[in-house]
Amino acid sequence: MIKIVDLKKSFDGDMVLDGVNLTIPGEKITVILGRSGTGKTVLMKHIIGLLKPDSGSIFVDGKDIAAMDDDELDLIRSHFSMLFQGGALFDSINVFDNIAFPLREREKISAKDVEKVVTQRISEVGLTGMKRKMPAELSGGMIKRVGLARALITKPEVILFDEPTAGLDPITEDSITQLILQTHKKSPTTFIIISHDIDFTFEIADKIAILHKGKIIAEGTASEIKKTKDPFIRNYFSG
Amino acid sequence: MKRPLFTFGNWLIEITREFGKCMLLFMDALHYLFTRPFRVHNTLVQLEFIGIKSMNIIVFSGFFTGMVLALNGYHVFRMLNIESLVGGTVAIALVREMGPVLAAIMVIARAGSAIAAELGTMKITEQVDALVTMSINPVQYLVSPRIFAGFTMMPILATVFSITGLIGSYFIGVIVLGINEGSFMANIRDIVELEDFFDGLIKSFVFGLLFSLISCYYGFYASGGAEGVGKAVNKAVVVGCVTIIVSDYFLSALMI
Repeated sequence: MIKIVDLKKSFDGDMVLDGVNLTIPGEKITVILGRSGTGKTVLMKHIIGLLKPDSGSIFVDGKDIAAMDDDELDLIRSHFSMLFQGGALFDSINVFDNIAFPLREREKISAKDVEKVVTQRISEVGLTGMKRKMPAELSGGMIKRVGLARALITKPEVILFDEPTAGLDPITEDSITQLILQTHKKSPTTFIIISHDIDFTFEIADKIAILHKGKIIAEGTASEIKKTKDPFIRNYFSG
Repeated sequence: MKRPLFTFGNWLIEITREFGKCMLLFMDALHYLFTRPFRVHNTLVQLEFIGIKSMNIIVFSGFFTGMVLALNGYHVFRMLNIESLVGGTVAIALVREMGPVLAAIMVIARAGSAIAAELGTMKITEQVDALVTMSINPVQYLVSPRIFAGFTMMPILATVFSITGLIGSYFIGVIVLGINEGSFMANIRDIVELEDFFDGLIKSFVFGLLFSLISCYYGFYASGGAEGVGKAVNKAVVVGCVTIIVSDYFLSALMI
């Protein structure tokens, strides 16, 4: 379980997170929903320790990661993975090596086992035959799939997804959504997804938290959120 | 009166801030160079990229630098009937100054700009963040190998530059312009001492360190999309070249 308490962050005097309080349950899919520019990515980067808050705490299994140094954070991060919005694939190495990268860095396993595990992941994300392609040769949907395979390869306990369906056509968007759902069904780990896509959120989320003006203004299951009378949320859902 | 002072003050603060940040990056890179896991593969890749792949341009530019120095030297010394001094003067200019400085500038143009562009692109496309999320220290993974490679390869490149420059000056001086071969070579032996060669080497080590650190610094802290990467490359090349030329003066003053 991850618990965020009164998290505040500003950049050059501009308050982006203004006292975020949120509990993220383990082994569930939590979607943090919000309009573009509301600080969703900033919040996600705090959860994995890429950013330090101005104040507040982020408790991961009871330990406050906001107060940790880099070495302690590295230990926590070894249980995390992240799928970046643009994929963040290493553009100097091919698909296979990108997916194998965390495995080679984190685990002490033989080259033969790396080959076996990576090939299996490539097949699971539907990219068989693409392993020698370079990231520059892939489409947006393929990049997300490779990013997902790379995020899953070390079997992390928590996976963070930064706008996994942003910029994709409806068919690719649907296939990525199904892939995320199937992956979670196979190994129920903690998924934290940030998105501005309402349909995607209602399809996938066990829990939804709505971020607006630096605060979580509503949280709950999809049916609870749908019933809310908050005018901003109703307006947001109605487009 | 207040406005220029204010501008100057801001500039001074910015320069100091950047210098401090650059020094912190250097200290980090140095620390992680001697910390496990050692990035041997990355270091070998950078040694090849900065050293081996710069060799063609160094040989080519070194040869032509030697030729033009010999050509100009010959026309000046001929007025005084001391054209045999061409070999010695070209050699000392190459070994002490031109070799280290021009080799550094050529390497900045080729490898320094590429380092800044690669790290800058990795930064803005979140590849650096991706490394961090995998518990990989980006300074250790990206910066330390490049600084080590710059530091170790630059003296080799400067030496190659000087040697090919000497060959170029021999070609123009002896073969094309007809300077006596014996006096040309004897003058090199008379004028150039081992100390000059070591002074040139020390400069090259310093230049190697400076150019790689500056290129990594601007790439590693790039921001603002494609325009930011462009600015990082531009700054890496301009600041790198100016720093080499300025530090060359101070190093020469210390060595004389």
